[in-house]
Amino acid sequence: MKNKMKYGFLTILILSVSFISLLAQNHKYILRYGADAESGAPYVFQDPKDPKHLIGFEVDLINAIAEDLGMKAVHVQNEWDGLIMGMERNDYDIAINGLEITPDREEKVNFSIPYYLTYEQIAIRRDQEGINTLSDLIGKKVGTLNNSLAERILRAKGGIDVRGYTDEDKSYNDLEYGRLDAVLIDQPVALYYAGWNPQLKLTGQPIGEISYGIVLRKSDTLLLNKINRSIEKLKKSGKLRTILEKWNLWNFMMESYLDDHTESNDPHTAYQEYLATQGQTTTFMTLMKRYISFLPMFGEAALVTLSISIVAMLVAVFVGLIVVLLRVYAPNPLSKLATLYIETIRGTPLLVQLYFIYYALPVIPYIGVRISPFVAAVLGLGLNYAAYEAENYRAGLFSVPRGQMEAAISLGMTRNQALRHIILPQAFRFVIPPMTNDFISLLKDSSLVSVITMVELTRVYNQIGATYFDYLGPGILVAVIYLLIGLPFIRLARVAERKYTYDKRKIIKR
Amino acid sequence: MKLEIDDSQSYLQGDNNIISIKDLQKYFQKTHVLKSINLQVNKGDLVSIIGRSGCGKTTLLRCMNCLEVFDSGTIRIAGITLSRARTEAEVSRDIRNRTGKIRKNLKSPFRKPDEDTELDEDFHIKSQILRTRVGMLFQNLNLFPHLNVLENVVKAPIIVKGESHEQSVHRAVQLLDKVGLKDFIKRYPYQLSGGQAQRVAIARALAMSPHVMMYDEPTSALDPELVEEVLQVMRTLHEEGMTQIVVTHAMYFAKTASDTVIYMEDGKIVESGPPEKIFSNPRDYRTKQYLSSIKE
Ligand SMILES: Nc1ncnc2c1ncn2[C@@H]1O[C@H](COP(=O)(O)OP(=O)(O)OP(=O)(O)O)[C@@H](O)[C@H]1O
Ligand SMILES: [Mg+2]
Repeated sequence: MKNKMKYGFLTILILSVSFISLLAQNHKYILRYGADAESGAPYVFQDPKDPKHLIGFEVDLINAIAEDLGMKAVHVQNEWDGLIMGMERNDYDIAINGLEITPDREEKVNFSIPYYLTYEQIAIRRDQEGINTLSDLIGKKVGTLNNSLAERILRAKGGIDVRGYTDEDKSYNDLEYGRLDAVLIDQPVALYYAGWNPQLKLTGQPIGEISYGIVLRKSDTLLLNKINRSIEKLKKSGKLRTILEKWNLWNFMMESYLDDHTESNDPHTAYQEYLATQGQTTTFMTLMKRYISFLPMFGEAALVTLSISIVAMLVAVFVGLIVVLLRVYAPNPLSKLATLYIETIRGTPLLVQLYFIYYALPVIPYIGVRISPFVAAVLGLGLNYAAYEAENYRAGLFSVPRGQMEAAISLGMTRNQALRHIILPQAFRFVIPPMTNDFISLLKDSSLVSVITMVELTRVYNQIGATYFDYLGPGILVAVIYLLIGLPFIRLARVAERKYTYDKRKIIKR
Repeated sequence: MKLEIDDSQSYLQGDNNIISIKDLQKYFQKTHVLKSINLQVNKGDLVSIIGRSGCGKTTLLRCMNCLEVFDSGTIRIAGITLSRARTEAEVSRDIRNRTGKIRKNLKSPFRKPDEDTELDEDFHIKSQILRTRVGMLFQNLNLFPHLNVLENVVKAPIIVKGESHEQSVHRAVQLLDKVGLKDFIKRYPYQLSGGQAQRVAIARALAMSPHVMMYDEPTSALDPELVEEVLQVMRTLHEEGMTQIVVTHAMYFAKTASDTVIYMEDGKIVESGPPEKIFSNPRDYRTKQYLSSIKE
């Protein structure tokens, strides 16, 4: 018996040690890189032929670097605006996504040596004339990417009506529809989003000088050195040029940066493939086939949406109960605090709360904890809805006539007994229908968690829309999926309502 | 802590007063609602309290059950003695400090009966025990709507007295039989007539084996033809020796069924005595006035 226990203990020890070392190893060999794959051509983007697969010149580059370092590169999705924030949160180790090396960024993070040099490119409509330089843009509505170098150049110039976008494809859309007079974005973006479009044209001389670098945390100097050495190797071996040629990104700046002035005769295979998928007329059949190919992605995303919503609702139901009990029954400081909580939550946007939990909470000294996007999403939604559930419960409690409490007390029950056995069960019945309604709202509000890197239904819809420049079909698809998810809960609400409203029950005929 | 609870039930022997109230005073904010009430009730008596609307009948019952906390005086009911002595000055000072809170509490359905005034632990515990010994019936029908008839009756014995389920069900069925509702145990309150609901409420109170039953206008919410079935239950209990106090507007019941009739006016007991005397030969002119006013 004793021996058995010993063996058992040993086995557990060995297993756990090997498991831990496995974890450690895994961690050592994986290089997590943050990038925004949404409308991210030609950097990091979804392959139009297979949206689950990421391609782009930076994907090729980071794979080459990882291979050189004996690591495996793994992509982590985040909004381009939040890439550095996400790295500070340790959601990933590095960020590579056309991040320009600028002095103010260098104060916060480390940059590798540049892996690509380029410039800002003006795009206008085919029929427009007379816009060639930065000065020509004064007094015009000009679109660009938020927080990009192009935006800073435009603002520094002064007198330009700058419109910031988070998705580059939408800025070119607006240009095409006449909502903008011009778009100024990095040349690769212009090439991939406007270059092929017969309605648009690229114009003027190169503006500014941009160098992209890989972003690392200030503390990760060891990794920085390794990556720099890798980039040097890729430069020397010609591998970097091969990658850029493949994507048609080899330019005069790179020629002098690599001191390689040989003639280029590359067929630009990746660029050509990309062009082939753009602007082509799709038949009904291919469209249908494409939509069907979306279904697995939408299915996965629907599961994410559903699990976030359910867990968040559970959080809301329990936290809400605690809050209402504090508010109604606790002595003063506590009950005031509960009221404060409810009013704060209800008085501020859910979006702000999500950002706060995800980005601000981890950096608070001492108490800050890093939480995964899922936990942040569930907490954000759950704590928000807890305030509404608390109010819902309160309405439920007040719906119970006062005579009920008195009747219970005069039967000798204590207040707590009366609450538990008489008041709460009645309040509960009152609370069920609005609670199910809240769940359906929560299901829809869960689309907001896409801002904290959760890939759920709305996010997938946006990704697919941006990849295929098609928001119509996928839009109908995603609407149907939301409705289908919500439907069982709407029915459940009806059933619960019927089951729990005793005073509407039919009188038993005898 | 020393509780002055007489558990020997010696008051049950002999002709001890089961209820004895001395100089009871009660204020609602600034209104003086009960003005020195003195009252003795013998074990097994049925006492009717009559009087104009607003004279303080409900308040008196609620004070006897500690649903309202009286301000001064002494009440001794079923072996439990409660006494307080707050002067008028204290009461009005208290009111000034607490009007805001009171206003808030009035809106809340969970106002503790004793929330407006500070009470010692001793008083709390004693009033709790007192309520288990006094059964109370309200004017409005307040059965627990989410429970069926049987559950309504067994709930309190199970959770307050810790009785076993079988034990309390057994007794509940007996009590429901007594009030004539044995066949209704699976029904829900909304499936009952007003009279049936009040009879269930009586059974519910009896399930706690109270020493005293108090009723606040138990029939005033009922259709006239349903009144008698409730009153009949009270007559039966009277025959069995239950001490009962009834606030009522049903004069013929007060006249025929009660041992003592009490006439209240303006927070005071004006006159009390056997029904024949009160109804046919009242001493006080106010009683006379009242009785002649309701005859018209
Ligand atoms: N919670 C309260 N707050 C303030 N005043 C009250 C409260 N309850 C009763 N009162 C007042 O106390 C007085 C006595 O009321 P009470 O309900 O005891 O009268 P009642 O004799 O039962 O009348 P009715 O026959 O109409 O039921 C009334 O003037 C009433 O307005
Ligand atoms: Mg009354």
